[in-house]
Amino acid sequence: MTLEQFVPFVPEIALAVAALAVLLAGIPMGRKAPRALALLSVAAMAVSAILVVLYATPSAGPEVILGGMLSVDGFGVFFKLLFLLAGAITLLMGVGYVVRAGYGYGEFASLVLFATVGMMVMASGANLASLYVGLELMALSVYILVGYFKLEVKSNEGAVKYFVLGALSSAILLYGISLVYGGLGTLELGAIRDALAAGSPSGRVVGLGIVLVSFGMLFKVAAVPFHVWTPDAYEGAPTPITAFISVAPKAAAFAMFLRLFLGAFRPAIGQWHGVLWVAAAATMIYGNLAALTQDNVKRMLAYSSIAHAGYALLGIVAANAMGAWSLLLYMLIYTFMNLGAFGFVALLESRGYAGELVTDYAGLAKRAPAAAAGMLILMLALAGIPPTGGFMGKLYVFSAAVQAGYVWLVVIAVIMSAVSLYYYFRIVVQMYLHDGDGSELAALVRDRWLEIGIAACVVVVLILGVWPAPALGWAQAGLAALGF
Amino acid sequence: MIAVPVPWILALSAVLFVLGALGVLLRRNAIVIFLGVEIMLNAANLAFVAFAMERAGSGSVSSAISGQLFVFFVIGVAAAEAAVGLALFIAIHRLKETIDVDRLNILRW
Repeated sequence: MTLEQFVPFVPEIALAVAALAVLLAGIPMGRKAPRALALLSVAAMAVSAILVVLYATPSAGPEVILGGMLSVDGFGVFFKLLFLLAGAITLLMGVGYVVRAGYGYGEFASLVLFATVGMMVMASGANLASLYVGLELMALSVYILVGYFKLEVKSNEGAVKYFVLGALSSAILLYGISLVYGGLGTLELGAIRDALAAGSPSGRVVGLGIVLVSFGMLFKVAAVPFHVWTPDAYEGAPTPITAFISVAPKAAAFAMFLRLFLGAFRPAIGQWHGVLWVAAAATMIYGNLAALTQDNVKRMLAYSSIAHAGYALLGIVAANAMGAWSLLLYMLIYTFMNLGAFGFVALLESRGYAGELVTDYAGLAKRAPAAAAGMLILMLALAGIPPTGGFMGKLYVFSAAVQAGYVWLVVIAVIMSAVSLYYYFRIVVQMYLHDGDGSELAALVRDRWLEIGIAACVVVVLILGVWPAPALGWAQAGLAALGF
Repeated sequence: MIAVPVPWILALSAVLFVLGALGVLLRRNAIVIFLGVEIMLNAANLAFVAFAMERAGSGSVSSAISGQLFVFFVIGVAAAEAAVGLALFIAIHRLKETIDVDRLNILRW
């Protein structure tokens, strides 16, 4: 190992140093100059993104560095840039919200930066050890962020539930990893793949290990039956954090899922594809049906994000090249749809938890036509209607599953997408067809940064819907890392 | 010195893992639940060490070292997890005077 091998790891190192610096700067600036601190943190993210493009982009094929711990490849670049973007938008959207609630901003920014470092390691890990440590760095930062409003019982409750179930899931994941190690004698993804392809000597132990690892990963992406923490954590968390945890950690978990199951465990597909088939079907059905009855918008969007994890799982069940790149594209589009949608919830929360009920959206089209139009586009995108990005995402994932022969799974997915129209359009109907009774209407928050963040998400969702070709190219550039 | 056979250690680790999982599922005090999670983590550690011993016995040293190294990562992560978990439990105890998970019910569990 030489010092030069650290060069592709410089973006993560720089971001971790920035996180520590922001934590220190937050002591004097956290309350007095939160906006300057936000700009500093976003600048750190931008620097890290430039470093990713300059130093972490592979010149030829995937290259393994640092004693087999990390892989330098297009797959990692795609996800790292996605996390940095999602993190930066969260930081900008969160400033006003945190300040209005009367909390300091320093730890908030620092924890978002640390979580992003963890996710970047998850996206490029080539060894079960580095993947596990990256996952825990992300998870521990996010537990604290969910409980950030420490004087709100809701926020604390969500954090405790998320923590207990998250710790349980990582223990299960870890036991699975130990069994895989026991059966194959290695932690490196490449070596695991070769050993499985050659036919492993102790198949039963490895098989059980892979199933336990899949349980742990299903927990992290919030798939049924491991989803119980999701609605509580999403509802309890400060809304910008809900936006963040519904996209970035989920995309990071899917990145790790892809590296593990399509990258390393693909030769043993017989051991896991049944488990994931059932999980994908159950997730799509339960997520959509449970969302129908929710009156709280944050809770409804939480169930909607469970349903979206189900659609995304189709890409892994399909286990072909198209499944992999369509999942990357889906995560990109989903990130912007959900960031924007939760941003709108934050925009309506001018007093306490107002803006959380579906009826708080009554007559929004008259009071704030631009905001209502933006929300309409995001709801159409989440439901998967053209010409928005949501349609493109679903189209490619579904066709990947059909290509792999999982027609029944796609039938379930299409029926459930139709069901989802009902709850997304409940909000649209409230905005455009109801007036509400004047007195209880929540005013929109005046928050320029939040508005800019939401507008950016809406624009990106529209662009990805009509012109997905460049994003598609970036997603396909990541396939070499998975051995397709 | 009589070496304990590896399968025995693995059996012990499986028993510990199940006991920890039962603790998580059956107990209602958040700290006791967390103890269960720690037992599960250490069951995995024990399995790692036992498998590494087996590898070392069959002469593949680098494979044995990677397993033993993982244990140190897990110990570090478990310590960080304890710090975050106990902080969250203290925060909720200040507001609700309880850490019984059945009474954390503002959000529908």
